[in-house]
Amino acid sequence: MSTDTEIMNDAGLEPVYTLPESMERDIPMRYCPGCTHPLAHRLCAEVLEELGITDRTVLIASVGCSVFANEFFTVDGVQASHGRAPAVATGVKRVHPDNIVFTYQGDGDLASIGMAETIHAAARGEQITIVFLNNGVYGMTKGQMAPTTLIGQKTTTSPYGRSAEDTGYPIDVCALLATLPGVSYLARETLIAPKYVMRAKRALKKAFQYQIDGKGFGLVELLSICPAWWYMDSLQAFERMEAEVLPQYPLGTFVEK
Amino acid sequence: MTERILMDGNRATAEGAIAGGCRHFFGYPITPQSHIPEHMSKRMPEVGGVYLQAESEVAAINMCYGAAATGAKVMTSSSSPGVSLMQEGISYMYGAELPCVIVNMVRGGPGLGNIAAAQSDYWLSTRGGGHGDGQMITWAPWSVQECYDLTCEAFDLALKYRAPVSVLGDGILAQMMEPVVTREPLPVEYPKPEWSVGGPRNGRPKRVISSIYIAPEVLEDLNHRLYARYAQAAIEDLRFEEYGAEDPDILVCAYGISARVCQTAVDMVAAQGLKVRMFRPITLFPFPSAQIATWAERVKQVLVVELSMGQFVEDVRLSVEGRCPVQFSGHTGGVLHTPEEVAGILGQM
Repeated sequence: MSTDTEIMNDAGLEPVYTLPESMERDIPMRYCPGCTHPLAHRLCAEVLEELGITDRTVLIASVGCSVFANEFFTVDGVQASHGRAPAVATGVKRVHPDNIVFTYQGDGDLASIGMAETIHAAARGEQITIVFLNNGVYGMTKGQMAPTTLIGQKTTTSPYGRSAEDTGYPIDVCALLATLPGVSYLARETLIAPKYVMRAKRALKKAFQYQIDGKGFGLVELLSICPAWWYMDSLQAFERMEAEVLPQYPLGTFVEK
Repeated sequence: MTERILMDGNRATAEGAIAGGCRHFFGYPITPQSHIPEHMSKRMPEVGGVYLQAESEVAAINMCYGAAATGAKVMTSSSSPGVSLMQEGISYMYGAELPCVIVNMVRGGPGLGNIAAAQSDYWLSTRGGGHGDGQMITWAPWSVQECYDLTCEAFDLALKYRAPVSVLGDGILAQMMEPVVTREPLPVEYPKPEWSVGGPRNGRPKRVISSIYIAPEVLEDLNHRLYARYAQAAIEDLRFEEYGAEDPDILVCAYGISARVCQTAVDMVAAQGLKVRMFRPITLFPFPSAQIATWAERVKQVLVVELSMGQFVEDVRLSVEGRCPVQFSGHTGGVLHTPEEVAGILGQM
């Protein structure tokens, strides 16, 4: 099969934008229109290709919108039960320390049901990378309240708006993990504009480089939009991200050892 | 080189696993099996393996799931409440067709219960393993030697059937000491299965381990595949032992530690002239139904002795299918039968 580059070369065209080798071709994305999951996937795939680790990477998919993540990458994969991806990644990595093992998890998976696995993988300094998509809702199950849902935010299980009195406060995962000595690299970025996307890619690349170098546990949180369950279009969602989400979850590098 | 060593059932289980080629252990402390992770934490570094204490049984079974996805010989051990927590992970192992050895040194339940010996996880092991179709191939040792031998062989069994295998002991077997004859260790290197993920790819297509089957027909196919393997195991890997009279009037069915008690009781009543035979399944799932059915044609009565309110007895009744009366004697909560008690029941049958 010809690559995009070969096809374009044959046609006398200069390729300026192609699919990374780490992404499957001709597999339709299952995500909703306007969702930033495909962008996050692409950034991961670009980083794997640029670091030359596609053929030795294992992706641990989680439960939620990204449950089918293994379909979209050309790397080996394991599908984990809800919240357990860091434990599954630990099992793979402890058998094959030469593999690059990363999990791809949403906020319900990582910060609610899987909080114990997340914290303990971090505390152990497990040699894995976690890509954490935080959009503040349970997307796959149709918009329920997540541990990261903002105060006042309406979801299908907080129809009057999230109340701190009843359901407590949103969890800042990066601030929490930054206290653990086992964490080597920790950053939060977002995907709402090209300048942020470039930053996010740099953070992902650094996190994977940490694992390649055997420097320990890395996590990149990517603040994402969910137009479907924020009940708005993508442009409105980008505005909400700037106005409401970023003040709650400030961007930046939390740990870099 | 083989040796004869005095050890407890926990250590025998751990050493059997190492002899069977297991080099990855993930576990969590719980009485009465904590000597297994303790022993593994010492021995795994000595044999070039991996020992890791998980943050919970939930994490431990999922670490096993990840390691099993690579085709590694991996195990965890726990006791009843901990195995309850592992049920979800075991179900995912059924769904993803992953081999793993899961040791349960059963203690008294329900709830926190106590740390005494019980057999009340029979259903948990043979019927449980979480939601959905799928059952655990279950082996029940009755001696410290069998803890060693069965655990040693369980890894290849799990790989053969791409399925989790349960070694079902109890709080007494775990802690009592008997001499064990060790085996020549199996080779640590073996060809990794063609489905395993990770390791060097060398240009092979990607592999994915998953338990998602969105299309109903495909999921039904999976379940048929699992049960075809169980049917194969019922023919090729069914183990049981018999003891006592050749032409019995009574068949006593017992497994594990209860069978040790019953063996003594059979001897006691034989001295009184009663013709009793003991049938001891080693494989609890698949169940040796045909063998029990054959005996049920020949005996007048069947007695089932177990340490539960009546779990194993259901499989015996399903096998007997009304051919003769089935009497049940159960103790629970950590209370044991004495040989005299079982002999007394046999004497009154």
